[in-house]
Amino acid sequence: MKGIITVLGKDKVGIIAKICIFLSENGINILDISQTIVQGYFNMLMIVDMEKSAIGLDEVFAGLKKLEEEIGVEIKLQREDIFDSMHRI
Amino acid sequence: MISRNEILETNKMIQEENLDVRTITMGISLLDCADSDIDRFNEKVYKKITTCAKDLVKVGEQLEKEFGIPIVNKRISVTPIAIAAAGCKADSYVSVAKTLDRAAKEVGVNFIGGFSALVHKGCTESDRVLIDSIPEALSVTDVVCSSVNIGTSRNGLDMDAVRRMGEVIKETAEQSKDRGCIGCAKLVVFCNAVEDNPFMAGAFHGVGGKDCVINVGVSGPGVVKRALEECRGADFETLCETIKKTAFKITRVGQLVAQEASKRLGVPFGIIDLSLAPTPAIGDSIAEIFQEMGLEQAGAPGTTAALAILNDNVKKGGVMASSYVGGLSGAFIPVSEDNGMIEATKLGALTLEKLEAMTCVCSVGLDMIAIPGDTSAATISGIIADEAAIGMVNNKTTAVRLIPVIGKGVGEMVEFGGLLGYAPIMPVNTFSCEGFIGRGGRIPAPIHSFKN
Repeated sequence: MKGIITVLGKDKVGIIAKICIFLSENGINILDISQTIVQGYFNMLMIVDMEKSAIGLDEVFAGLKKLEEEIGVEIKLQREDIFDSMHRI
Repeated sequence: MISRNEILETNKMIQEENLDVRTITMGISLLDCADSDIDRFNEKVYKKITTCAKDLVKVGEQLEKEFGIPIVNKRISVTPIAIAAAGCKADSYVSVAKTLDRAAKEVGVNFIGGFSALVHKGCTESDRVLIDSIPEALSVTDVVCSSVNIGTSRNGLDMDAVRRMGEVIKETAEQSKDRGCIGCAKLVVFCNAVEDNPFMAGAFHGVGGKDCVINVGVSGPGVVKRALEECRGADFETLCETIKKTAFKITRVGQLVAQEASKRLGVPFGIIDLSLAPTPAIGDSIAEIFQEMGLEQAGAPGTTAALAILNDNVKKGGVMASSYVGGLSGAFIPVSEDNGMIEATKLGALTLEKLEAMTCVCSVGLDMIAIPGDTSAATISGIIADEAAIGMVNNKTTAVRLIPVIGKGVGEMVEFGGLLGYAPIMPVNTFSCEGFIGRGGRIPAPIHSFKN
């Protein structure tokens, strides 16, 4: 399963690092990553491959939730299917 | 691979424009619960519902989390109780309504529909018992919804049932008058009722379907309004294309959720209902779409045409996005649940007669309209007859969900709370139709129904 992670919040040091460490520790591979900063606001999109994830989906959600509180930014993980069905025939 | 802009567009629809899946409704057949003893029947009904739907809410919540889109309601529809309970030979079905209420609360759904009777060609004894039980059933339960089909294009209208439903609506209001007459908000009178409608209060599980199915209702007035903001002043071709494309996207999400829910629950997928259903939230209003289309207020001249355009293009866009489209697939304009409609009513822009005209093109009916508490039962029956005649002659579903607010008059407000919203009481034409409604009997099927 592929997932889309979106991160939004005030820019600070180590946002990407912390998220990437969490993903790599759990066997989740990053396929694509893009990031912009608009008026001090950090905005990142990541496409990840969760096929070989060492933990279940619920645990990934829980882990990201923890990171969200720790870093103080909004982190959202969604299955890629919702974007595919909306934008691809 | 999906692009950055596409991801942002989808998430903007969800976060800022109230895109959601309005309801996942599990249809459950109760035909195999039939029993001559009503207590045993109730037991079987409770067991069947709590078994079939035990994971419905859990799966719904899991999908919300995984796709990141709200699934607002998880609901159940059952076989019309007048059919399922016909073998009981009881003189009241209130205990069945209580059983439905208990089962629905046990599995955590917010409404259960199917306390219903199909009497378009006359009443059986069981239909009569059910209709007589409606006022009490809706006042002693919280989440049970009731509907009665009083006509079809193939069969004409059963005017005895029309007359009776006027009285039943009044009695229902009377029995729940301490709670804003909320019983009536859970009661719909239909012409051409459909068997796979996932939306309340009119949902029931038709006898022509499988034992258990998943039907999904999509929505997104806010998304359509936002899309139309991008084409202000453009011609009708651009307007229609924009609505179509938006409806396609909205429906694809519904289709995805429906298929996934069906897979996880091990229950076949029934249909997607392509309806634009508003909520009382700001920015989730059909009336605001009319304003975006260029009308000062809903109800202004041009509103019927605007609604025709809106709904036709929602269907054109949605049909290709889903493998099975069904249900009502029309525009719901429950007045109390749509902020813009409430505003238009307060300003006097929107009248009962204009709402009736709108039902000729595609609106599903006179929905969630508060009327003065002293409106007579015959007048309510007259309104039902008019609405049903529109449905019968135009081969479409029409419905009436009126709330005579006991003790209140025109201009006063009534509050239902939650999704049901609040409404200003609308004036009703006070000239009598007593002699017409009092005739009794049936209105024969219209000439164009003889198609064989």
